[in-house]
Amino acid sequence: MNLKLNLIAMQTIVRKEMIRVLRIWVQTIVPPAITMTLYFIIFGNLIGRRIGTMDGFDYMQYIAPGLIMMSVITNSYGNVVSSFFGAKFGRHIEEMIVSPMSNATIIIGHVVGGVIRGLLVGLLVTVIALFFTRLEVQHPLIMISVVLLSSTVFALAGLINAIFAKKFDDIAIVPTFVLTPLTYLGGVFYSISLLPEFWQNVSKANPILYMVNAFRYGILGVSDIGIGTAYAILLVFVVGLFTVCLVLLNRGVGIRE
Amino acid sequence: MKALSIKNLTKTYDNGTEALKGIDFSVEAGDFYALLGPNGAGKTTAIGIITSLVNKTAGDVEIFGHSIDTEIAAAKQCIGLVPQEINMNLWEKVQNVVLNQAGYYGLDRKLAYERTEKYLRALRLWEKRDDNARSLSGGMKRRLMIARALVHEPRLLILDEPTAGVDIEIRRSMWKFLREINAQGTTIILTTHYLEEAESLCRHVAIIDEGRIIEDARMSVVLRKLQREVFVLSLVDPIHEAPVLDGFDAQLIDDHELEVEKSTEKSLNDLFAQLADRNIHVLSLRNKANRLEELFMRLVENKQDGLEEAAGA
Repeated sequence: MNLKLNLIAMQTIVRKEMIRVLRIWVQTIVPPAITMTLYFIIFGNLIGRRIGTMDGFDYMQYIAPGLIMMSVITNSYGNVVSSFFGAKFGRHIEEMIVSPMSNATIIIGHVVGGVIRGLLVGLLVTVIALFFTRLEVQHPLIMISVVLLSSTVFALAGLINAIFAKKFDDIAIVPTFVLTPLTYLGGVFYSISLLPEFWQNVSKANPILYMVNAFRYGILGVSDIGIGTAYAILLVFVVGLFTVCLVLLNRGVGIRE
Repeated sequence: MKALSIKNLTKTYDNGTEALKGIDFSVEAGDFYALLGPNGAGKTTAIGIITSLVNKTAGDVEIFGHSIDTEIAAAKQCIGLVPQEINMNLWEKVQNVVLNQAGYYGLDRKLAYERTEKYLRALRLWEKRDDNARSLSGGMKRRLMIARALVHEPRLLILDEPTAGVDIEIRRSMWKFLREINAQGTTIILTTHYLEEAESLCRHVAIIDEGRIIEDARMSVVLRKLQREVFVLSLVDPIHEAPVLDGFDAQLIDDHELEVEKSTEKSLNDLFAQLADRNIHVLSLRNKANRLEELFMRLVENKQDGLEEAAGA
């Protein structure tokens, strides 16, 4: 494999993705900022004042890491699924397929694009959160590594969705019926210690729970689950989903007749 | 050296359609090669397999000696593709469409800018470089796809109906450009429905029909197979009856136009001499049908007749 060629090709995909995100900033940057502002006002400020504290933090502080992670996850996923499916739909995916860059490069380029958008939106939501509450980062390396790994997982998942998608409906189904419920049930708004034991165990089957809690641990220093377990799950998902993407593209699923 | 070598290539789609039934052909380096055939003959499938857009069912494809099975990156590096359908991101700036493709082929940014300018200028699109691709006319989009395909300076350029829907002026300027590219050493494979275009540009022709190659030879050899030609003569003075000519079949189209069919052995001098004897003076003449088109139709029709006979038997 020609490393230099693939590196330049990857940079090209990332640059193209960034141009796309900034060109349609009204669709990519503004909506999550507005949504998260509403979450902070309604759940954090208005309802949160009546809830009191959770795990020793006021409710606004408690939900802030989860809301930041939620925006990172949905935007990493959304960027890759819409960009890759858009390229399939407009047939300009062919520009990449006919080129000598490897399929791994196509995957990494799109994932990096998705991660950057996720982080960009996450940063914006963090700034918004700071208007409502105070956040003192307890474990910065854990916070950064968890957000990077989580956005990578969801960027890869978005790519798989886009590979199989045949129409625009197909790229909306997973976020609506899978991603959103898992995120809401992933401990963004509550500690699972509030749940009966059975539902606590059910919640532990939700991978987003580990991401939200590990990220919350990075910022607030509290978590419902072990951080080691969260890292193990994140790494397994990154390797597993990357392998699935590579196998699918090598077989030409969704991109070649 | 062979720019392209295809052996026993077959493609059966998931729905059971056999698009290619074991085709063999090769293209010499530096050649200008026409791949012709009716709609659905298998041309685009063959090009799709060569360029990795379609998975083959069986067979071997080598590009400048690089197998698409074992040296896919090296094989792809040699190819530039201008597809039949517009397949660029229409929301991108014209310049970025070409720059991105340069990046996908590993050109560093400085060289990518230089080549982008070179080919956008050559294809008269440089002034449009900051416009969105969607704002271009159909002909401009096709020229942009040629610039994109050339930016990494491929040794083999494949054009799948590049002039479809393009007006005659732009088509001729594209022909001139392609001749220049070919003269500089780029091997070109062209599919087109304009057989005049293939006859004018290409030195070698293969005709594919129903997934099989039914003709593959030098253009001059193929055209010599035509036994008869038809000319339309414009006459200086009106006539009211077609003349009887020795060795020619003449039919009156109207009082100023005469259609004459001749065998390839008979000379036009003989025709003019006979017409002059009858005091018929010719103002101008033109070929009624494109020669390649006629041959193409005969080959395809003969094949169908053969199939019908076989079915009848």
